[in-house]
Amino acid sequence: MNKSGTSILFNGLIKENPVFVLILGMCPTLATTTSAVNGLSMGLATLFVLFGSNVAVSMLKNFIPDKVRIPAYVVVIATFVTVVGMLIHAYFPAIYDSLGIFIPLIVVNCIVLGRAEAFAAKNTVLHSALDGVGMGLGFTVALTLLGTVRELLGTGKVFGNEIFPDHYGAIIFILAPGAFIVLGYLIAIMNKVRKAG
Amino acid sequence: MKKPESTFKNMVLALTVIAIFAAVILASVYSLTKDPINNQQLAKRQEAIRAVLPPYDHFDSKPVEMNNGVETTRVYKAYDKNNVLVGAAVESTSNNGYKGPIDIIIGFDNKGVIVNYSVLAQHETPGLGSKMDTWFKTSKAKQNIKGKNAATSNLNVSKDGGEVDAITAATISSRAFLFAVRNAYFAFTTNMVVQLNSSNIKTESSGHTLNDTTNTVNNSGMKGGKQ
Repeated sequence: MNKSGTSILFNGLIKENPVFVLILGMCPTLATTTSAVNGLSMGLATLFVLFGSNVAVSMLKNFIPDKVRIPAYVVVIATFVTVVGMLIHAYFPAIYDSLGIFIPLIVVNCIVLGRAEAFAAKNTVLHSALDGVGMGLGFTVALTLLGTVRELLGTGKVFGNEIFPDHYGAIIFILAPGAFIVLGYLIAIMNKVRKAG
Repeated sequence: MKKPESTFKNMVLALTVIAIFAAVILASVYSLTKDPINNQQLAKRQEAIRAVLPPYDHFDSKPVEMNNGVETTRVYKAYDKNNVLVGAAVESTSNNGYKGPIDIIIGFDNKGVIVNYSVLAQHETPGLGSKMDTWFKTSKAKQNIKGKNAATSNLNVSKDGGEVDAITAATISSRAFLFAVRNAYFAFTTNMVVQLNSSNIKTESSGHTLNDTTNTVNNSGMKGGKQ
């Protein structure tokens, strides 16, 4: 694999965007994007975990026997997730309250294990770090976008700033069905853009 | 470096080493974040208590706990400068929420009138049930529970024959919220009967009767030393 650092970084943003292209990690994507802030903070938490676990896994890859690599990766990922959870709880209590159960659930987000297994286990530490950041950014951008659209259509606000009055909002966009509808349209737009470009 | 073979010994060794590393990291982050987490939870509760109480001088830092087998309520009594009871903040829970328990703090003055409330934790649907943190405070007469006397008002949603309008499209959340309010009032009255009687006594006799009853719970009060 002879790829330049920048191409690895941007790979996760557009070409292999985890949400719009790989369709990975749908559980947090659909559940936490009720507002732009929630989407953004979930994305950033996942970015940190992806970065940490990718670096750790690519450093450890030569010491882990093949047959126990998945349990070993899961321990590494779970450690990072718990650390992130405790830090958010301690220093950003408001975010902790709104994301709730979905922070510990980053453990089972398939992007994290997916990148550890598919990329970090085969590449150098530097490239794995870039891949983690790129994928994390792609995830963050996607979740923020989804959260912004849902918050705007549902409550008339963007990042808590009122664009139009609350009662014109369609509540369904805040609820689960709205998540699927918005995600579907965003994927369609992304496909169109990628084909054109 | 060559990858170690997947022998039993190597596998156990690799996993053990990783697990020990993980444990060390987790333990250190835990001890690092333990105090901030405790502090901010404490601060949040204290702030909520302050926000819901009628004008007061000091309040019990140690609540009176009551448990009915399902829900636990905590009553923080508040006093004025002369140690006369002015009301209480009651932390109350309902397990009937739409998506999990609802935890509120509600303040009563000494006549049972609701001063204010604050939602500590809830997991209701965003945009629907989650509106409870402001809904029951809005100035519309049928939504507002502030200023209602819990003794004489029927604190149920209007659908159930009560006098409070439920949150639009979130009747279950509203019911659970009002249940917590009623439960809080129950805990409040149960605790207040003794206290209110003794504060009546105080006006007639010397203050000792009151101090004897309050000191037991008020020893560690916010300004307990001031008495």
